Amino acid sequence: MSEAKTNRDSVLRLENITMQFGGVVAINNLSLEILPGEIVALIGPNGAGKTTAFNCITGVYEPTNGAVYFHGKPIAVNHPQGKMVRQYNGQNAEKYKDVHPVVYTPDRITHMGIARTFQNIRLFKSQTAFENVLIATHLRCKSNFLTASLRLNRAEEKAMRKKAMDLLETVGLAEEADELATSLPYGKQRRLEIARALATDPTLLLLDEPAAGMNPQETDELGEFIVDIKNRFHLTVFMIEHHMNLVMDISDRIYVLDFGRQIAEGTPEEIQKNPDVIAAYLGVEEE
Amino acid sequence: MFDTLLPYLLAGIPVGGQYALIAVGYTMVYGILRLINFAHGDIFTAAGFFMVYLSAALPPLLSIPLTILLTVALGFVVERVAYKPLRSAPRMSIMISAIGVSYLLQNLMWYLTGGLARQYPVLAGLSDTIRIGSATTKVVTIVTPVLTLGLVIALVMLIKKTKIGMAMRAVSVDFETSQLMGIKINNVISFTFIIGSAMAAIGSTLYFTNYTAVTPTVGAMPGLKAFVAAVFGGIGSIPGAMIGALIIGISENLIKAAGLTAFSDAFTFALLIVVLLVRPTGLFGEKTTEKV
Amino acid sequence: MMKKNGKLRLILSVAAVALIFIGAWATEQVNGTTSMVVTVLQKGAVYALIAVSMNLLNGFTGLFSLGQAGFMLVGAYSYAILTIPMAKRAAVYQYYQGGWVQFTIGFLPALLIAGAVAAVFAALIGLPVLRLKGDYLAIATLGFAEIIRAVVQWDTIGPLTNGSNLLKTYPTLKTIMPGNTVLFTFLVVGVCIGLILLLINSTYGRAFKAIRDDEIAAEAMGINLFHHKQMAFVISSFFAGIGGALLAMYQGSLQANSFKSSMTYEILLIVVIGGMGSVSGSVIASFLFIASSEWWLRFLDSETMIGQFKVPLLAPGFRMVVFSVVIMVVVLFFRRGIMGTRELWELGGGRRAKGGIRKA
Repeated sequence: MSEAKTNRDSVLRLENITMQFGGVVAINNLSLEILPGEIVALIGPNGAGKTTAFNCITGVYEPTNGAVYFHGKPIAVNHPQGKMVRQYNGQNAEKYKDVHPVVYTPDRITHMGIARTFQNIRLFKSQTAFENVLIATHLRCKSNFLTASLRLNRAEEKAMRKKAMDLLETVGLAEEADELATSLPYGKQRRLEIARALATDPTLLLLDEPAAGMNPQETDELGEFIVDIKNRFHLTVFMIEHHMNLVMDISDRIYVLDFGRQIAEGTPEEIQKNPDVIAAYLGVEEE
Repeated sequence: MFDTLLPYLLAGIPVGGQYALIAVGYTMVYGILRLINFAHGDIFTAAGFFMVYLSAALPPLLSIPLTILLTVALGFVVERVAYKPLRSAPRMSIMISAIGVSYLLQNLMWYLTGGLARQYPVLAGLSDTIRIGSATTKVVTIVTPVLTLGLVIALVMLIKKTKIGMAMRAVSVDFETSQLMGIKINNVISFTFIIGSAMAAIGSTLYFTNYTAVTPTVGAMPGLKAFVAAVFGGIGSIPGAMIGALIIGISENLIKAAGLTAFSDAFTFALLIVVLLVRPTGLFGEKTTEKV
Repeated sequence: MMKKNGKLRLILSVAAVALIFIGAWATEQVNGTTSMVVTVLQKGAVYALIAVSMNLLNGFTGLFSLGQAGFMLVGAYSYAILTIPMAKRAAVYQYYQGGWVQFTIGFLPALLIAGAVAAVFAALIGLPVLRLKGDYLAIATLGFAEIIRAVVQWDTIGPLTNGSNLLKTYPTLKTIMPGNTVLFTFLVVGVCIGLILLLINSTYGRAFKAIRDDEIAAEAMGINLFHHKQMAFVISSFFAGIGGALLAMYQGSLQANSFKSSMTYEILLIVVIGGMGSVSGSVIASFLFIASSEWWLRFLDSETMIGQFKVPLLAPGFRMVVFSVVIMVVVLFFRRGIMGTRELWELGGGRRAKGGIRKA
């Protein structure tokens, strides 16, 4: 990565992130950076640590070592502590030793403007499609439980409902608004998850395998859809994806992970030519 | 100082031992089904009643084994009727079922016994008093810790060395996979309940020799305390349950010694809450993480 | 079109509620305050409030809490302690020189304070225990309820709580609302359940349901888990406290030892029978539960002769056995309970009923 890129108003920056569970190093010294308006893909074989990286960014996991910055502000900083001091197998433990650890809960990180979808769809299963999106507007509501219960917040409630309905229209699910979320077909559930994520007003959208289980045509449509919402909502997109066509089509840059390590970074053209990637990843697939 | 505390310490050890025998049932069932078997305390009470009625007609040498047998049968039936149908249901449902069984057993015992306290039979040998130093105590005080320790060691060996023990360990680690590997989980679960109930029956013999009165709800409190002991020791760990139970039994009696009898029950729950917050895995438990 | 539909629904529901109230009032006028049906209506309403408050936690927020009896106890004691008339205090607190509290307040403010004190207890207890999950939360809340029961009976604070002695001579349903006990109970309970319903259908209620459905997804949508769980816990306890105070008013005397964990179990079973996540289910189940246990199944408890023939099994205690068997059947075979997660007023309308709410 060129020096010029770093530190300049990046949206997201990971610095020497290591995530170790007991003796298992899931991510090893990962550094990456995402600039405003980019679509960046994170690829790698199964078990490479991609979802773990997302979980470190969104506060589900506390990274063992390293720092995560969002719009230049630290949202997770840590160094090995307690038992981990002895067990730690990663690098750069000294670098963050004197930095005060920062731990934000997932909800706080969502408040700051990072929204996500889940690899194994996690919709609110007893709720309708509309209610799923509506729930995600809750974090921006200003009324407290009393004013909300006593219906003193009619204007706000109306705005929340309108926003949820507009988002359902945006993702093409207005017809299914009153269906139970889990009764929708798979592809629609994925789009509903995206609508729900958008309802939190993010600036950075993390998509965890948005095309999983889709056929080639659906995947193509999804690609256009992602570009479309990125432009419409002025987003930056960071996605994990296995469908190489989709990744190569819409990504500005790609990071490649293998066994928790970053093995390559570059434009789709560069990645396609990279011998390490072909060996570790594409090579495996051809076998 | 020591002389004044000694009787309380002595009283605490058997109480702990009795809790330990109940706690084994909790910890094994939780280890395998992830279920707090709220009915376990009532099975313990039922064992007390079995003994009351059986000993009216039979000598202890017959009534004790029969009591254990009946208690085991009860534990087995409870599992088959109330828990087995809910194997694939959410965990909350099966816990509610356990609470329902507890409610049913208490009401059933009240109906059958007329709700009056029954006098537990005096067991020759166990109820005799002996002197240790300046303190006098019942023989059961000495028998309980020895018997508890023996049973716990036997159980640990069973789980470590035998085939069914291995199956139990496998089921507790991964329910589905062990099923795929050909382990008959229903048999393993039934076996777990059988052992747990047998231990509760032995525990009740010792407990009621000390406390003598059996009422339909008498088992609720020792049951809850035994559960706390199981959590304290690290749920799923049998030696842990024993040590947890001993610590609770002794502390309880020391609190009584300090004149705070009203708080001896409260202490147990305070301990539970502290343990859950500071070290939710207990003394010997293993940590598990949730996958996202 | 939708708007009109909404208005019609509103008018219909107001009319239905008014009818229930008039019916309840008339029942008491016709049958008299001491009749069995009136007893059932009083106690059933009190249990309805308590069951709904527990459902808010267990059914709507997905928190398996077993502390309800503890918060009821706090509410009941707060109410009684504050309302015992000055003239009677010396007699009630005879072992504690008349006690510490030397003033009396009216029953309505005392009801509110009962809820508030229970809510304060919940806020303090919630700080540690709401970090626990699932069955650990259940056992910890159960433990706290037991601790409360022990502490209340502690001799040192006897001048406040009267130790393990009875609290009595405080204003009861019969003394403050002679002839209108049912109407009064229904009014208080109705307002409380109405408030809970409004909360459940507000944006905060939706957040609770999101937590119940999937904690991780809820948190990823920006919902602060602890904050919202604490809110549900405190509000639930507030109403459990008021419910406890009403129970005290119904009973006429109060003893800490009656607030055992078996009381919580009973309420939990009511919630399950009604349907976890259905307010109307809890209300229906409460009345059914109380009517069966106090009235309809009473005959099971008395030995009966038909001519020379003694009906088998009938004896004291048989009622509760039959009762618990019925409960087990519901728990095992009708796990959704009477209402599932539906409400009475959603029946027939199907899922479209929610569409009406959406556009409203």
